[in-house]
Amino acid sequence: MSTLLRVEDLSIAFGEAPDDVRVVESVTFDVARGETLAIVGESGSGKSVTALSILGLLGHGGSIVDGSICFGGVDLHTLDEAAVRRIRGNEISMIFQEPMTSLNPALTIGKQVAEPIRIHRGVSWKEALEEAAQLLERVSIPDPRQRLKDYPHQFSGGMRQRVMIAMALACSPALIIADEPTTALDVTVQAQVLNLLKTLTREMNSALVLITHDLGVVAQYADKVAVMYAGGIVETATAQELYRNPKHPYTLGLMASIPGASVNPRSRLKAIDGSPPDVANLPDGCPFAPRCQFAHEGCTAFRPPLRAVGGGGHMMACVGYD
Amino acid sequence: MTVSPTTTNLVQPGPPRAAPNAGLAGFLRELVRRKPLGAIGGAVFLIFVFFGVFADLLAPYGINETNLRARLEGPSLSHLFGTDHIGRDVFSRVLKGAQVSMIVAVVTSAFATVVSVAIGAIAGYFGGRLDSVIQRFVDAWMTFPDLVLLIVVISVLGPGATQIIVILGLLYGIGGSRIVRGAVLSVRENTYTRAAQSIGAGWGHIIWRHILPNIAPVVIVVFTTRISAVILVEAGLSFLGLGIAAPAPTWGGM
Repeated sequence: MSTLLRVEDLSIAFGEAPDDVRVVESVTFDVARGETLAIVGESGSGKSVTALSILGLLGHGGSIVDGSICFGGVDLHTLDEAAVRRIRGNEISMIFQEPMTSLNPALTIGKQVAEPIRIHRGVSWKEALEEAAQLLERVSIPDPRQRLKDYPHQFSGGMRQRVMIAMALACSPALIIADEPTTALDVTVQAQVLNLLKTLTREMNSALVLITHDLGVVAQYADKVAVMYAGGIVETATAQELYRNPKHPYTLGLMASIPGASVNPRSRLKAIDGSPPDVANLPDGCPFAPRCQFAHEGCTAFRPPLRAVGGGGHMMACVGYD
Repeated sequence: MTVSPTTTNLVQPGPPRAAPNAGLAGFLRELVRRKPLGAIGGAVFLIFVFFGVFADLLAPYGINETNLRARLEGPSLSHLFGTDHIGRDVFSRVLKGAQVSMIVAVVTSAFATVVSVAIGAIAGYFGGRLDSVIQRFVDAWMTFPDLVLLIVVISVLGPGATQIIVILGLLYGIGGSRIVRGAVLSVRENTYTRAAQSIGAGWGHIIWRHILPNIAPVVIVVFTTRISAVILVEAGLSFLGLGIAAPAPTWGGM
């Protein structure tokens, strides 16, 4: 598999230098066609910001201060706005977290699904709407031709997220970024939406970057995983390897806190002590050190870089042990 | 769990929403029942519009027809609103004046709204430095007293409907851009704006198709409140002799 997207040493800051806040620090990952990469982390770990930066949608105050985002051999960061716009929705598309607000309440579903087709292929409304109907059919919306004329409030949360998927797939993008696509949905609908997303990306041989905080989702759908903590990747491996052989103390803590069938229902769930650090005020050295049960004096010397542990691309960022 | 078109019939296509009272009559009945105050206001407004539109047919006298023997008369059956100092029928002039006042008000308001939306949408959507520059300009603009500015410009250019429309339109339009900007700021933060960016839409497209439809309620209110404000200012100007030139009848010039 050839690499489609390679993010290298990416650092993102909000605010003006020199008192900017680095929310993402030296993040490196890659994803190939047909592959699903999950980026896991808790709120504020920088995973959504990383995703938005790929499309150049950081918004006010946010900027890429270091690193590169190579997509199909081109550094997206160096392209001008018009060139990036031709890529957005056409070669890279994004699915957002909140299906309730990511559709425009004032436009019909049909117009919104047809929009990327109109923008990127310049076909007539009639053709675009016909394609939109086919897209809705592909994401299992019943009676799609009729539903084109409906407004978002007439759709349930799960159906809206399918509509978002239809919009994302409209131009058969090579890369789809899904930013917590199922967080707002209930569990049964979650499975439907993720299965659909997985099936359709496989059909198109697209790459999928799945951002989530749900380790169960990761185990089921991802090929590769990158675990983020306080703006940096602390561990990355294939999904199988990560579950079988987690290395970083943070990953270990996360795994230990998953409630399993064998856990005594009366016992308390294991949790990682403390709370995630303020990215504006990171501790010296390893940001996880204050909460780490294996921490020692050496941990506060510097922020540990990723290093290989074992084979198969398993990397982690911890000096603590071997 | 697998997803296929046969297993995911999540929503049954229901029967089309039945309209209990189809047609205009039904709509009116519904309106009176649900929004009685709105219905009364609408009725009053429609009566005014009716008299304004058909002023030429309804006016019992010509608007500039003088009758020097019946000057400054009180209301009577032959002159419903009485007569003025040169014996013109005030009722006829009120009817005709409605035309002038309303046309000036609606056109001015429409122009002001277009200006407000253009400035407000651009400032609100782009934000940042551009917004700051525009807002300082609006601040400066709003420190001018309306009436003084109007009097200055009209004394240079002379009175007339066009001058009033352009000056009042700019005055209210630039001031009103604040309201539109506020609405745009809140709509812009919705995920669908970002979603539109993520499918490659340009800023003009996003403002036109995603932001404007969602600030329409605000824009409509801005437009309608401007209408009444313009009628008042135009009446004031005409009263001062700076509005629509005599002898054309306007509500202020009587």
